[in-house]
Amino acid sequence: MNKQKLVIVGNGMAPGRMLEYLLEKDKEAYEVTIFNAEPRVNYNRLMLSPVLSGEKTYEDIITHGDDWYAEHDITLHKSARVSAIDRASKTVTSESGVTAAYDKLVIATGSNPFIIPLPGKDLDGVLTYRDLDDVDKMLAAAQRGGRAVVIGGGLLGLEAAAGLKMQGMEVTVLHLMPTLMERQLDPAAGHLLEEEFKRRGIDVRTKANSHEIVDDGDGKVKAIRLDDGTEIDASIIVMAVGIRPSTDLAKDIGLEVNRGILVKDDMRTSDTDIFALGECVEHQGACYGLVAPLYEMAEVIADNLLDGASGYRGSVTATKLKVTGVDLYSAGDFAEGEDREEIVLRDATAGVYKRLVLKDDKIIGAVLYGETSDGPWFFDLLKKGTDVSEMRETLIFGQAYQGSAPLDPMAAVAALPDDAEICGCNGVCKGKIVTTIKDKGLTNLDDVRAHTKASASCGTCTGLVEQLMQVTLGDAYNPAAVKPMCGCTTLGHDEVRRLIKSKEIKTIPAVMQELEWSTSGGCAKCRPALNYYLVSDWPDEYADDYQSRFINERVHANIQKDGTYSVVPRMWGGMTSSKELRAIADVVDKFDIPAVKCTGGQRIDMLGIKKEDLPAVWEDLGKAGFVSGQAYAKGLRTVKTCVGSDWCRFGTQDSTGLGIQLEKFMWGSWTPAKLKLAVSGCPRNCAEATCKDIGVVCVDSGFEIHYAGAAGLDIKGTEVLGLVKTEEEVLEHVVALTQMYREQGWYLERIYKWAKRVGYDEIRQQIMEDHDRRRAYFDRFVFSQKFAQVDPWSERVSGKDKHEFNPMAVFTREAAE
Amino acid sequence: MTADTRSWVAIGTLSDIPREGARVVKTSAGCVAVFRTVNDEVYALDDRCPHKGGPLSQGIVHGTSVTCPLHNWVFDLATGLAQGADDGKVPVTTAKIENGTILLAADDLARRTVA
Repeated sequence: MNKQKLVIVGNGMAPGRMLEYLLEKDKEAYEVTIFNAEPRVNYNRLMLSPVLSGEKTYEDIITHGDDWYAEHDITLHKSARVSAIDRASKTVTSESGVTAAYDKLVIATGSNPFIIPLPGKDLDGVLTYRDLDDVDKMLAAAQRGGRAVVIGGGLLGLEAAAGLKMQGMEVTVLHLMPTLMERQLDPAAGHLLEEEFKRRGIDVRTKANSHEIVDDGDGKVKAIRLDDGTEIDASIIVMAVGIRPSTDLAKDIGLEVNRGILVKDDMRTSDTDIFALGECVEHQGACYGLVAPLYEMAEVIADNLLDGASGYRGSVTATKLKVTGVDLYSAGDFAEGEDREEIVLRDATAGVYKRLVLKDDKIIGAVLYGETSDGPWFFDLLKKGTDVSEMRETLIFGQAYQGSAPLDPMAAVAALPDDAEICGCNGVCKGKIVTTIKDKGLTNLDDVRAHTKASASCGTCTGLVEQLMQVTLGDAYNPAAVKPMCGCTTLGHDEVRRLIKSKEIKTIPAVMQELEWSTSGGCAKCRPALNYYLVSDWPDEYADDYQSRFINERVHANIQKDGTYSVVPRMWGGMTSSKELRAIADVVDKFDIPAVKCTGGQRIDMLGIKKEDLPAVWEDLGKAGFVSGQAYAKGLRTVKTCVGSDWCRFGTQDSTGLGIQLEKFMWGSWTPAKLKLAVSGCPRNCAEATCKDIGVVCVDSGFEIHYAGAAGLDIKGTEVLGLVKTEEEVLEHVVALTQMYREQGWYLERIYKWAKRVGYDEIRQQIMEDHDRRRAYFDRFVFSQKFAQVDPWSERVSGKDKHEFNPMAVFTREAAE
Repeated sequence: MTADTRSWVAIGTLSDIPREGARVVKTSAGCVAVFRTVNDEVYALDDRCPHKGGPLSQGIVHGTSVTCPLHNWVFDLATGLAQGADDGKVPVTTAKIENGTILLAADDLARRTVA
């Protein structure tokens, strides 16, 4: 049988979804060809903001990779902008000269960002926010620093502003109206949002009318001038004031076009063989810029392509802002009016604002700020036009308060009707999710995403989907798609680290509160991890929590099997002297220390010390000039060296000196897991640098930096990071690498595991090639060292936490009786 | 309410132990670890993990549990029972606070010393 030919112009999310529906229903019906103006496969445009803010990468947001097209025999022409469509001969031709014939054509050209016709709009540095190229341009600009001015305080503008701020730029948002997002939010919620953005250090100016973009003389943006004469310096200007359906192509071929390409309920244009789909479409006077309606259209087209008779009926939409840490939900109509009533809940301390607009005892609008979990429930009542008079009193408190007693969240989900919408982006209702889970025997979130699309777009409904899985599967549900940190949370390490940063959480109790820990005080797994993350992220502000450290770090010695301790003083680069050795010998005699041993890292270990003797042992060692070797720490331990060019006939550089330099620079720093370094003076590698966390091998032409080796549970040779010329460069690169690991590693994750997870290429690129980023890592390490290089021994000897070491009371038999 | 007929031994004040920390009371039959929770409750257990003898006083205190510093066994402070998959029990000494002073039940201590 000869397949019909289907050509699609545009490769955004809507046609992607349409193809999935089509293939699901009949994969043999069409031979598909796609023309895509963008030079890439299909990705999730909703996730551009997390890419801009650095929380995700492009790879994370690809929805259909090259494999997918190959697997389904779909021809995808990338970088192929369509220049002509011939309706008579039924062919489509691209600028690059590719021609394809069609039986059915789908136009999905999307929309173009609206550019305000300001003087200076064509200057270099004026950007829009629409696709990945725009994001790349913004990221490049953020690397150079300076101020970004975002014109437009709507969804896109605010997401762009938050992302650019997270990338380190100064940011100003200009908004023409008196409050932000005025199309979705009422003034009160808009005000809360403005406060939140200001709290994040983003300069927000409302009622700001742009007048002119100022040229720096070289055709580049220098500043923006407002109507009132205010001038704001800017290195880039992002216009995010709205989108316009992209209709040029449709107009050229004589289709009926108004604001968008006109389509009937069956999604056909004025030509019955041509459908139109997505943001380029106008249906009954409405154009849509949110994804949920586009997916509904996609399903209708897929059905009609297979001779179905589906009709699109228009959509009611709900909006969420995708800025981490800002919870905002808006749906329907909330303008005030004679026949309308409203219910408002304000909780200033909790930063919660909720407003429902009712008409004839039905919800017609809902704005939620700060607490949005009831959004889908309100939206469901709204779409169905449910009479809410019975529950008016408690309506604003949400679903959990309906009925006689507050329900737990699980019961609330269980009580939802089958047709309640769970995922707004993809229009997936509860019944579909539950049936799919049961029919296909799904047990993890990724599979549910793959089969139902729920939670696969912006992801804000993930919690609801997981609750549904729990309700459906009971104990069989395994939420370990992301391995949680411990039993106290469902969040993984990455998520926790990201949220600590973005929500600026600065104490352990605050983490547990904000991230909804299920235990009151955490456990022995999460507490040390959280303590490390907070030390690492807020070195100047966070007060170390001693009770959340393992005993080794609390008493600065290693606990041994019999409950005694061992102590290791620092010997810089492994060098020592008769004076130091004598002091150690004296301590061994004085405290009757049973064993003395050289460690694998070239330091001397004194084993079998009683806990109560520890402060006195340290005091004596301190007097002899020693500081703690941190041999117990999840931190820098030793830098092992060989004798190098000082003594060795093969040594090419001063490896001992370099080792000492590194150790003196880096001691005291905390890392996710222990960190051991080595410097070898020549490739004979006597310091065994090629199985260390970080190793340096001196060669004639300079210094080879290695990392990600292991000689513990796993044995693994190092990866080469790169070659540098001078000792200064060694220091900068090694320190920057350490800092990158400190910021990204999971607690107890050794550097070799982290590197494998993050990718060697990524690390090499950031540390070896990206000068600015390397320098920024280096600077952050140096900053944190200001607070870290405190000798814990002298601190303890001087009386801090004395209670650790003495018994509280001593009883003989008589006292007890 | 029944009258408190047990006799008690004072060992120090609540402020002698850091929150989520522990201190040791030495007896002739080994040490007792006295724990203070984040909510200022006090519990006392033998300072010896039934697994490999780890000093429980050196572990991390969380909620009303402590994790042994040697091999991460977790014990309930109130009952002394090992949590999760592990099996074992640490002897408990009854403890209470009166006017900020920590008291241990004398008969529990005595049982230890004669044991």
